[in-house]
Amino acid sequence: MIDIALTKRQGAFQLSAAFSVEGGVTALFGRSGAGKTSIVAMTAGLSRPDSGRIAIGDAVLFDSGQGVDIAPDRRRVGMVFQDGRLFPHMTVRANLRYGERLVPAAKRYAAFDKVVDLLDIAPLLDRRPARLSGGEKQRVAIGRALLSSPRLLLMDEPLAALDGARKAEILPFIARLSREFSVPILYVSHAIDEIIAIADNLVVMEQGQVSASGTLEQVLSAVDLSPITGRLDAGSILHARVESHLPADGLSRLTVGPSNHLLAPLVDAPPGTMLRVRIAAQEVSLALERPRRISIQNVLTGTVQSIARAGDGQIDVHVALDDENRLWTRITRMALDSMGLESGQTVFALVKTNAIAKSGIAAARKTEP
Amino acid sequence: MIDSLALTPFEVEALTLSLWVSGWAVLASLPPGIACAWLLARCRFPGKSLVDGLIHLPLVLPPVVVGYALLVTFGRRGVVGAWLYDTFGFTFAFNWKGAALASAVIAFPLLVRAVRLSLDSIDKGLEDAARTLGAGPVRVFFTITLPLVTPGIITGVILAFARSLSEFGATITFVSNIPGETRTLPIALYTLTQVPGGDAGAIRLCIISVVVAFIALIASEILARRVSRRIEG
Repeated sequence: MIDIALTKRQGAFQLSAAFSVEGGVTALFGRSGAGKTSIVAMTAGLSRPDSGRIAIGDAVLFDSGQGVDIAPDRRRVGMVFQDGRLFPHMTVRANLRYGERLVPAAKRYAAFDKVVDLLDIAPLLDRRPARLSGGEKQRVAIGRALLSSPRLLLMDEPLAALDGARKAEILPFIARLSREFSVPILYVSHAIDEIIAIADNLVVMEQGQVSASGTLEQVLSAVDLSPITGRLDAGSILHARVESHLPADGLSRLTVGPSNHLLAPLVDAPPGTMLRVRIAAQEVSLALERPRRISIQNVLTGTVQSIARAGDGQIDVHVALDDENRLWTRITRMALDSMGLESGQTVFALVKTNAIAKSGIAAARKTEP
Repeated sequence: MIDSLALTPFEVEALTLSLWVSGWAVLASLPPGIACAWLLARCRFPGKSLVDGLIHLPLVLPPVVVGYALLVTFGRRGVVGAWLYDTFGFTFAFNWKGAALASAVIAFPLLVRAVRLSLDSIDKGLEDAARTLGAGPVRVFFTITLPLVTPGIITGVILAFARSLSEFGATITFVSNIPGETRTLPIALYTLTQVPGGDAGAIRLCIISVVVAFIALIASEILARRVSRRIEG
């Protein structure tokens, strides 16, 4: 359990944020300047809140009411910085060992060989940081933080400086290490696809305040993130199971809930695997009758749950596909009027296969059913 | 004019004394020099600009002024000098220790400046990173900060050493011109120019000074390059 409640004034910017999440990977999401990095710095002890409380499980790291303010080196909070910050005068091995040596043996949970193996950095051990690529540097930085056996691992946009391919190379490592070492991770990002790939929980920050927090599914299906991410990014997450692959067509057939099916870009996961599939609200169309002879392959059946105005002449319609999955669609007001859509109506949601981004598909997390 | 390449006892005495005095001057001023540089680079405190000015004063004052101030303060009857002598039986007056003190004071600002510049240029984020890995402030200083400013320290040491070797005004004012005690290379050279027929000896000492200075500069260059290569990998 991570409890964070902080206030800090920095010039004209007032940060006042509180959230409380279970373990696993918690994504701290928001625009740059929303206060994400400040929260992370204060949690690590590198900057001091004006008031508040920071606790990880039973360990209270900061409590202005009780006069508790543990020094950063005693917090056992590991941090992976955006720019890596490897020590240039040490080899990769010495970098990795730096924090490890400082943890009492009884509190060590991350074994050197296992971390090196998991992050695939064995060939780099005798090199200097200057001789590493960006992706390699970040993997070493993650390993170094992990080897200090922290209570909590902070990651401040660790992939922001990397290109798409490098990102895809590191994301699975992060998802894996939170599971393998059961260390809670607070992951700062403003990239929704990174978050979908690894997060269990989501905390959304806007202008120094927490505007939503909860499990990823709760937040993503309840909150419109498009003001933060740009219009096209509103969307929902569906839980899907891999049914079969059609490699010749470059497609995979997925099952959503008891009766709906989805054709998605080919997924590298065996049949039976549970997936998260993100579908942008903008990419869903609605029909009152099941359309025939149409290029769109994905027709999902559901019931209209809610209709809400989204501003800009846009209407948000939430369609319940089953008990677990809600599909968020965004249509124009004109479309709403001409269809005469109402709550409780049965509708058919159309999703182009090509509109499902490969980066929007990720393996389901451990906390999911 | 130059009869032999072998050094005369007079020259050997002046040269070894110079190296000895300068070596001690730099060695003794290194810890306080690094401390001052760190204080100026990393801390904010009232009177900081006064401290900064005081450290840099010898750079702009005539060395004779510094020498006289040292004489008044650290001479046998000076405020601090008398106390040192009465309490510890230790004195800077008219011996090589005084020459080393004069050189150290004159060269101190060069040392501090070089280290401070280097401190300003290293990434403070690395120190933060070390803190989050469990290292306390002292450990961070010795394992991260100090190794990273080593090039700056080398530059400072060489600059200060070279400046010490060439120290004349403050030394002769403070501890006079005593053979084997305070007669360093520049003072020996000056002595020779004051006696009839000393020209040949003076030129020889000139050449020795040039050679020593050259060796120091080249050594610093090689050392600094090797260290920064080590850091950059």
